[in-house]
Amino acid sequence: MKPIIEFKNITKSYPGVIANKNISFSIEPKSIHAILGENGAGKSTLVKILYGHVNQDRGNIYIDSKNVRITSPSVAKKLGINMVFQHFSLFESLTVAENLILGIDKKLSMSELIDKSKSISSKYGFNLNLNSPISSLSVGQRQSVEIVRSLLNDPKILILDEPTSVLTPDEIKNLFKVISNLVQDNLTVIFISHKLEEIINLSNRVTILRGGEVVDTLITKNENPDSLGLKMLGYKIAKLKRNKVDDNSKVLFSLNNVSTFNQDPFSVNLKNINFSLKTGQILGIAGVAGNGQNELMEIFLNENNDNFKGNVIFKNQNINQLSTQDRKCLSISYVTEQRLGHSAVPEMSLTENVLLSMSHNKKFIKNDLINFKEIGNHTDKIIKKFNVNAPSNFSKASQLSGGNLQKFIIGREILSNPELLILSQPTWGIDAGSESFIRKTLIDLSLNGISIIIISHDIDELLEICNDVCVLYEGRLSKNLNVEQIDATQLGKYMGGLFD
Amino acid sequence: MIKIQKRNSSSSLIFYLSPIVAILLTLFFGSLIFLFLDLSPIESFKIFFIGPISNWYGLSELLVKASPLALIALGLSYCFKNNIYNIGAEGQLTMGALFGGGVGLFFYDSNSIFLLPTMILFGSIGGAFWASIPAILKTNFNTNEILSSLMLTYIALLILDYFVVGPWKDPTGYGLPKSRPFSDAGRLPVLVDGFRAHIGVYFTIIIAALSYFIFNKTLFGFKLRVTGFSSRASKYAGFRNDNLIIYTFLISGACAGLAGIFEVSGPIGQLYRDISPNYGFTAIIVAFLGRLNPIGIIISSLLIALTYLGAEDAQLFLKIPSAVGFVFQGLVLFFLLGADFLNKYRVLLK
Repeated sequence: MKPIIEFKNITKSYPGVIANKNISFSIEPKSIHAILGENGAGKSTLVKILYGHVNQDRGNIYIDSKNVRITSPSVAKKLGINMVFQHFSLFESLTVAENLILGIDKKLSMSELIDKSKSISSKYGFNLNLNSPISSLSVGQRQSVEIVRSLLNDPKILILDEPTSVLTPDEIKNLFKVISNLVQDNLTVIFISHKLEEIINLSNRVTILRGGEVVDTLITKNENPDSLGLKMLGYKIAKLKRNKVDDNSKVLFSLNNVSTFNQDPFSVNLKNINFSLKTGQILGIAGVAGNGQNELMEIFLNENNDNFKGNVIFKNQNINQLSTQDRKCLSISYVTEQRLGHSAVPEMSLTENVLLSMSHNKKFIKNDLINFKEIGNHTDKIIKKFNVNAPSNFSKASQLSGGNLQKFIIGREILSNPELLILSQPTWGIDAGSESFIRKTLIDLSLNGISIIIISHDIDELLEICNDVCVLYEGRLSKNLNVEQIDATQLGKYMGGLFD
Repeated sequence: MIKIQKRNSSSSLIFYLSPIVAILLTLFFGSLIFLFLDLSPIESFKIFFIGPISNWYGLSELLVKASPLALIALGLSYCFKNNIYNIGAEGQLTMGALFGGGVGLFFYDSNSIFLLPTMILFGSIGGAFWASIPAILKTNFNTNEILSSLMLTYIALLILDYFVVGPWKDPTGYGLPKSRPFSDAGRLPVLVDGFRAHIGVYFTIIIAALSYFIFNKTLFGFKLRVTGFSSRASKYAGFRNDNLIIYTFLISGACAGLAGIFEVSGPIGQLYRDISPNYGFTAIIVAFLGRLNPIGIIISSLLIALTYLGAEDAQLFLKIPSAVGFVFQGLVLFFLLGADFLNKYRVLLK
């Protein structure tokens, strides 16, 4: 079969990094072609070049054997190429229909648009109310709006950038059904992912990228997750061994009937959250983004301005009124989801970033004076012990890669000797090497009796390291599920809100 | 099409060099202005920048002008580091002069050695009091401190006006809008007899050294910088942002108030309407030109003070309006902001 798309020697570099290097491969029409690679492998850059969002430095793209110059997304759309980005571009306060009409290039009247959207929705099984405002939709429904918007342009080729990263298992199943139907209707789908299982289940062929270069293009049905993983990473990752929690260990930390009362329409209010955490236990809090994770973290940090009811208990002491700093003094440490600008200041040196979290420590501050020498030594210790790749402790936080900065921050919090460590998205957006290092470190910590709470969207991560998992859905928290006894269907139901 | 794009990293070398770039550009465009006025740029610059400081008297005058500018700018640098924009230093200066000067007028016939220290103390309290208003409005009602501090300046000027034409008018002053002179015990000593430069200079130097220490060695200075970079990070660290806002406003208000009382008890010697040639506003330029760094502020205050002196000489010898001094100050700020912008962003032409 003649390929519908051919990449020939595509090269794109950014200051200091080559994102794509001589990329050549082809995509067959009416197929699902996956692009696999870890974060930073160049997947997004490549499809952004195809969509005209980024222009390549060198190399050519052939569509139906014709050399084309895709200089902008509107050129791409004229060629029948559409893309659904990882981060949606929808107007929260407008309705679905209004968002659809804003996003299409063709001239359609509102009634034509509604007819066409309805026929697309029923054909592919999207369940959309065209009059609902976007702010009332779940992440999965928002994605459906984005896909319908692309389909209104009658594309030949549809690019989906990490479409499953924000979905529940059930929503993923639905998405896969939609994708299969699209291919039956002669579309070509380019599907970007770093999840091995779903690539095996869904795609016909897969191109693997590593460090901006093509490793291989394969027929998927001949492969298995291990073989793909090895090609994606270039090395094998050892399986982790989870710890076991002693049944007799004491409860260290608990939330009792915590509810929040924020007025902000874009925040989720927590409703009667209850859980308890034992010494040495790792508790995962799963759930799709935007179901109250940020609000829960605010309760942990006490950044919420007292806008809540209920009790936060640490070592049988009510700590509702204790500030972030007081809680740190009680040996609770935090790693927030946003690294730059929350748990680290990008413009400051690593030494100063250690002080950021350790200013309550008498060893570093005496009578309001900073002991930079002591902090510098401590910083060197973190850099060494946690394999942080940094030129020196003067380096600014912004100079470190995501993975190195995260290792640094987690190392900083671990070396503050916490009894309770609370992390949000600890391995989000970092390379696989750092990811497995961090996961192993966390398990080792729990073996030493430290209790850990991990808030994460990544179910695989939670299942890999946690003892128990709860699910957060629209501000409600499910009961504990023991990871040993969990099954994926049950977890999927929970993530869709089917619990109590 | 012109496109503005954020740079991946901005250079810290350029950050410290950009004041020099701004000064060079100001000199270049300044010479164009002189050419446009049919004046020789070289001769004009000589009159403007070299003439005023070619004798001891001139150097003393330079200190007279630079000292309040540096003092106010040092105070402002606490606010600006904390990302708090106190634009009302002129009002805080006025209030400092009014409070401190009020003490001086109340004891107008006193010759106690405690008079001057009390005046100085009340001067700084007056400035801090006036600065506390926008600070409290900001922490309690989240008002915009730029607007509230600026508007309070005009209120302060009108209050001063009321006192010098009303209750504090000099009974022997033929009805002119000014107070009686302070007693000798209420006058700030000069550094050297016969010159106007006063011991306010010592205060400025001490406060600069202290600020350098506070910014670089203390937890308080660290908190200011963290909050200036990211208020979320500051919350994460457990710093109380509201307290920092209050403290920085009080410090900058006290510095401006000191500058105010030094002006009236030093070179002026009494209260009247126009006690400050916009020192409170010009100090904003001094603070940014000095990169919010105490040493930098000292240097930039001398430079900006020179534009005040140069403007007076230019009026005298070149027959051009003294407003040309403000033109130079404006040009420096304009080019500095431009250089900072281009250090953070690049401009692409498509």
